[in-house]
Amino acid sequence: MSGLQAEMAAKALKLNIPLSVQLDLTYRCNELCIHCYLDHDDHGEMTTAEIKDLLDQMAEAGVFYLTISGGEILMRRDFFEILEHARARTFCVKLKTNGVLIRKKEAERLRALGVETVQISIYSHRPEVHDAITKMPGSFRQSIDAVRFLRTQGLTVTLANVLMVQNTHDYLGVKALAAELDAKFTVDPTITPMMDGDRSILKLNMDQAALQEVFRNEDLVGNVEEFCAPPQGVDEEALDMLPCSAGHTACYVSPYGDVYPCVQFPLPTGNVRRTRFVDIWRDSPQFKEVRSITLRDMPSCSKCAHGATCTRCPGLAYMEGNMRGPSSQDCEKSYARTGVPSENYKARHASPKPFQSLNLIQIQGLQPAERNFPAQMIEGIVARA
Amino acid sequence: MKNYQYVARSAAIAARALGDETMVMSATNSTLFTLDEVASVIWAAADGVTPLDEIVANKICAQYDISPEAALKDAQALVGNLAEHGILLISDQPLIHSSGSHKETR
Repeated sequence: MSGLQAEMAAKALKLNIPLSVQLDLTYRCNELCIHCYLDHDDHGEMTTAEIKDLLDQMAEAGVFYLTISGGEILMRRDFFEILEHARARTFCVKLKTNGVLIRKKEAERLRALGVETVQISIYSHRPEVHDAITKMPGSFRQSIDAVRFLRTQGLTVTLANVLMVQNTHDYLGVKALAAELDAKFTVDPTITPMMDGDRSILKLNMDQAALQEVFRNEDLVGNVEEFCAPPQGVDEEALDMLPCSAGHTACYVSPYGDVYPCVQFPLPTGNVRRTRFVDIWRDSPQFKEVRSITLRDMPSCSKCAHGATCTRCPGLAYMEGNMRGPSSQDCEKSYARTGVPSENYKARHASPKPFQSLNLIQIQGLQPAERNFPAQMIEGIVARA
Repeated sequence: MKNYQYVARSAAIAARALGDETMVMSATNSTLFTLDEVASVIWAAADGVTPLDEIVANKICAQYDISPEAALKDAQALVGNLAEHGILLISDQPLIHSSGSHKETR
């Protein structure tokens, strides 16, 4: 996050404004990815009119960054109508898609509508591996064709490379492919539980050795020594730290209108079919509880050496049963990164219990979004840029 | 004969008010700007049909302790710079279609 973005986020936090929202238009998909956490059946998606009304409400509430995701977003026949409405409300729009349904005509429309970024999931530079993960023959070729169509239009494209057992070592190949296509690249060794709580897909997670390899790859993490530095402990200032933006300046809305702190934090806070978005955001007891939690309120993490630098995901902690507790997956990650066990890690390994999520890992911000900011902007009555 | 200057927000931007400031991102190169309180007033009033000097007189000089000449000079510098970044359009004719599809929210 740039300095200016951080400044805006701090201001949004102070003003209690939901600066960023991820809106999933559908859970339906034309791929059948082996690691997907969604139920793809349609259980009553919001209508076009409901989504447009929600977009109006979100604009009024101050939402600026809008990530439109799914499911596969182009499975909605009204996708472009929704996108056009969103852009008319001047959201900064990022799309997440597999790209299979994006051809020249769609790329031209996306360009005309001024989306900021299109993120396309690519699992491997090897077509047979990608297609085996999506369970859709020919999907690699179609997704790469989409990248080319989008780049021809001058759109910013990011290849998102989710890593798992099947493609553990393919990130360098995908990174090279991204360079060849003049696209950005992000890697995410994260396999999360199904939204219904089924944890069976966690067996697809990479093992510790593979994770350590990722953490020590300079091309991915930058300064390895700094990235893998031992934790410095927790001081008074750190105890007042907030866990992450979920529920503070960001939230997630499902295709059915349910509002959650984050796509990975399935704590129900309300439904926009019954309550206005801004009222859920401001008044939901669940949001208020999430906002009340600092590191000081976390019995285990506040005493852990990693407390101040851990990438603990409150959503994964919640899915383990306690939003004030540790996220064991992130404890595993901290250990793989630094070689120093967390308090939770030590406790678990002192009395090991069968627990499928021990290999679940998550990386956020390995490759922060690049933005160009002019060194100076406008003198006179413009404050800063 | 007086030369009018009309200003309109580009359609190729993302924008949102944040308190008394405004965030603006160029869709062409993802450059992010923030406009301060006074610049935000001009931004919000840039409808393509109201001359800049009228915006300055009615929205700036009416609210802030500044002379019309100094305010207009600053405003012209502002819109010129924003236009250079492609997020604002300037014309000597009304720009009735440029920002009509945008519903600004505060």
